[in-house]
Amino acid sequence: MFADWPLLSLLIWLPVVGGVAVLAAGDRNANAAKWMALIFALVTLAVCVPLWMYFDQATSAMQYVERIPWIPTFGIEYHLGIDGFSLPLLVMTSIITVLVLIAGWEVIDYKPSQYVAAFLILGGLMNGVFMAQDAILFYVFFEGMLIPMFIIIGVWGGPRRVYATIKFFLYTFLGSVFMLLGLIYLYLKGQSFQLADMQAMSLSMTEQTWLFFAFMVAFAVKIPMWPVHTWLPDAHVEAPTGGSMVLAAVMLKVGGYGFLRFSLPIAPDASAEYAWVVIALSLVAVVYIGFVALAQEDMKKLIAYSSISHMGFVTLGLFIAFALVLEKDAPDMAALAVQGAMVQMISHGFVSAAMFGAVGVLYDRMHSRMISDYGGVANKMPWFAAFVVLFAMANCGLPGTSGFVGEFMVILAAVKTSLAIAALAGLTLIIGAGYTLWLVKRVIFGDIANSHVAELTDINRREWVVMSTLAVFVLGIGLWPAPLIDVMQPSVEALLQHISQSKLSGIGS
Amino acid sequence: MIPTLTDLLPLLPELVLLGMTCVILIAGLFLERRTSVVHYLAIFTLVLVAGITLLDFNIVGRTNALGGMFIRDGIADILKLFVYLSSAIVFVYARFYLKTHKLFVAEYYTLSLFAILGMCLLISGGNLLSIYLGLELLALSSYALVALDRDSAVSGESAMKYFVLGALASGLLLYGMSMLYGITGSLDLHEISVRLASGDQPKVLMAFTVTFLVIGLAFKFGAVPFHMWVPDVYHGAPTAVTLFLSAAPKLAAVGMTFRLLGEGLEPLTRDWSQMLGFLALMSLVVGNFAAIAQTNLKRMLAYSTISHVGFIFLGILSGSDDGMAAAMFYAITYTLMSTGAFGMIIALSNAGFECDRIEDFRGLNKRNPWLAFMMLLIVGSLAGFPPLVGFFAKLYVLQAAVNAGWLWLAVIAVVMAVIGAYYYLRVIKAMYFDQPEHEHAIQAPIDVRVVLTANGLLQLVLTFFVGSLTALCVAAWQ
Repeated sequence: MFADWPLLSLLIWLPVVGGVAVLAAGDRNANAAKWMALIFALVTLAVCVPLWMYFDQATSAMQYVERIPWIPTFGIEYHLGIDGFSLPLLVMTSIITVLVLIAGWEVIDYKPSQYVAAFLILGGLMNGVFMAQDAILFYVFFEGMLIPMFIIIGVWGGPRRVYATIKFFLYTFLGSVFMLLGLIYLYLKGQSFQLADMQAMSLSMTEQTWLFFAFMVAFAVKIPMWPVHTWLPDAHVEAPTGGSMVLAAVMLKVGGYGFLRFSLPIAPDASAEYAWVVIALSLVAVVYIGFVALAQEDMKKLIAYSSISHMGFVTLGLFIAFALVLEKDAPDMAALAVQGAMVQMISHGFVSAAMFGAVGVLYDRMHSRMISDYGGVANKMPWFAAFVVLFAMANCGLPGTSGFVGEFMVILAAVKTSLAIAALAGLTLIIGAGYTLWLVKRVIFGDIANSHVAELTDINRREWVVMSTLAVFVLGIGLWPAPLIDVMQPSVEALLQHISQSKLSGIGS
Repeated sequence: MIPTLTDLLPLLPELVLLGMTCVILIAGLFLERRTSVVHYLAIFTLVLVAGITLLDFNIVGRTNALGGMFIRDGIADILKLFVYLSSAIVFVYARFYLKTHKLFVAEYYTLSLFAILGMCLLISGGNLLSIYLGLELLALSSYALVALDRDSAVSGESAMKYFVLGALASGLLLYGMSMLYGITGSLDLHEISVRLASGDQPKVLMAFTVTFLVIGLAFKFGAVPFHMWVPDVYHGAPTAVTLFLSAAPKLAAVGMTFRLLGEGLEPLTRDWSQMLGFLALMSLVVGNFAAIAQTNLKRMLAYSTISHVGFIFLGILSGSDDGMAAAMFYAITYTLMSTGAFGMIIALSNAGFECDRIEDFRGLNKRNPWLAFMMLLIVGSLAGFPPLVGFFAKLYVLQAAVNAGWLWLAVIAVVMAVIGAYYYLRVIKAMYFDQPEHEHAIQAPIDVRVVLTANGLLQLVLTFFVGSLTALCVAAWQ
């Protein structure tokens, strides 16, 4: 019965409408507003159930397609559809939105209704990004989500929130306007804003190169890649816990998703030509940013840098696929690389949300993010310590956790591409373990460092719900990643098929 | 030749407007104490005129009246309808300001209505004379409006500046017109374009002609380097007047550009589009950078207007129908944003408190979340954040510019849009992130609040109607 419903529209508009309703209800009854928001988020999550159940795992075609003309003058359509890449990201977004609302339940006293409303609206917009099949619709969601995030960081953030949030906004905005010009160019050439048409269009190498770099600026800032990553640590440090969770878990994924949807299929030849640029930058992120993380004294900053380093794996996996398909003639390995990148995105979504959530738990109690203010937390918060250790293990890629699966797949594919790349990428296992475990050692273990730590109380039921849900996914994906990989399999194959065919043919340049 | 009644039929809205304005002028004398009557009468006039325009609304038709002096076509009708709409909104906001500042006099309405009449003539002008007539009617009324607060030194100074510079610009424009007449031997724009098409005019003379005409237009728009008057006038004039000047006259200027450059000088598109390209570039760069440095919101909005003019030129300079439609769409949406922004300044002001500095907006979200949200929508739309309508306006003009081969200018324009985002974000920052400094109660009456709400929500709601609105603009240009 659900198969005929406009499920995708529901995923966008339920949270958005819910957010507006909560906003309109105001703060007169803060508790009611929070419950209302939570119910909207849960219903949205419930919509994902039939979505996954009726999803046809045998095809790479877009499913649940909704298509209505929106601005006929420019051929812009309200065109939604999902494939194997979108579905896991959608589900993850909906889960994180629910968890974020729970995580901020008692913590936020200033304008709580606006807080939950901002997250609901943000959730709807992020869902929209992952299902838009019209380039302008994509852009609208892509940019639209900046505004709620801008407000979340700016209103409920830390002391330097204004600097951080304006930097965050301007960086991402600057990146994306070039993408907009690229899209306009494609429209004028093909008279269509539909992604499918853009992907099918023949383009000369010069055009592809310009488009590739226009898209790359947008997505590299978002994901973020070195050297345009500097907004991320600032934004994370100043954002409230929920903001950090969403930022790390979902917003960074938009960058990776953008590479998958735009750069690779629209400009495959330029992507192949300049894959080395992305690979080099990814390795810099993996290795150099890993070392930077090692030196951090602020827990949130450390996790932020570790996020950049982990996202380096995503771009690495996506772009070594070209070498594997075109030079080594190893499509299986290429599929492994792309799948690895996707799994890494999902896994990092849960792990980073968990890590930021854990820091949030400590911050709510101690109002400090400095590692030096902690020590021996395990003595006072055994449950919390157990969760943190699990998430830390996932963060450094221990087998059995979700962090292992993606990294392992990408490294495996990298070995086939080039031993040097694999060796550098493999370094992350050591560096990652270094900064993560050292963090755990300094914060969680050891003797009780000071009187403030001695007064800590273990996590309450609400925090327990957040932590355990995340733990289930971290372990679940780690132990049994098959459903996740199966669901994206046809889409990965279709993508590789698409990028292995040059778009230059037919125009002779 | 005495025009018959049927000849005058296309002019009916303007004639009614003129008649009603005269009635209001006289009524104002007798209703000294009851200016509210004048207020409602003025709004009624605008509604009435809009209704008459709609009755005979024909998007594709084109009627020439008075021997080609007056053109009534889809472009004119659409622009005029939005002139009436935005002016009606302006009147609603203005009353509250005028009352609290003891400026609530009938002259404001009479002068504004005469200015509107001038705009209508400008938009419909098919002849150099009627265009100049409309322009001067608009300009003279505007000078007087800026000086409305006659006891204020700032207001007087800005009126003086406006007048001197405006007179200079009118002179330049008139000089260009006279040379055009000398070259072509005609005042009729259609006739001029036919004669210019042969292309055997003296080059040097034509170069001067085009230059003078473009300078005259650029002044009316406030494009860099002819923008000096804009910040001073916006800042110095009473906010109710700034509000009026920032909205509908932009539509009239766009209409005038369509007539003069798009129709009259159509054969010379390549020449004037180079000039507009340069003006657009300068306006975008200077407008956006200068706006960053402003602490006064009215001044900031003045510089932002300059940068928006750059975007409007981006559409016009292609010279194509599509580009013109884009510019028209941009001007219409810009008008609706600008009224909202200045309307908000008015709504938050009260006696002795102008609320025109950015810091006066601090903590608005705490004082009144709803108005803060409306301002968020308006400012976001000005900055061009999707999904607000301002984004689609920018998208449309950028597309026209890229299509016309102005890719480099489009690249600069988007970079400038990012720089522009910074100062718009500062307003949002003040409203949402800062704490309120002083408790000036918000005294705006209910009608101002209702219209402001509609104005704010329009930025969002129009997104769903971008399709029909752009289709309308395109249809008018076919």
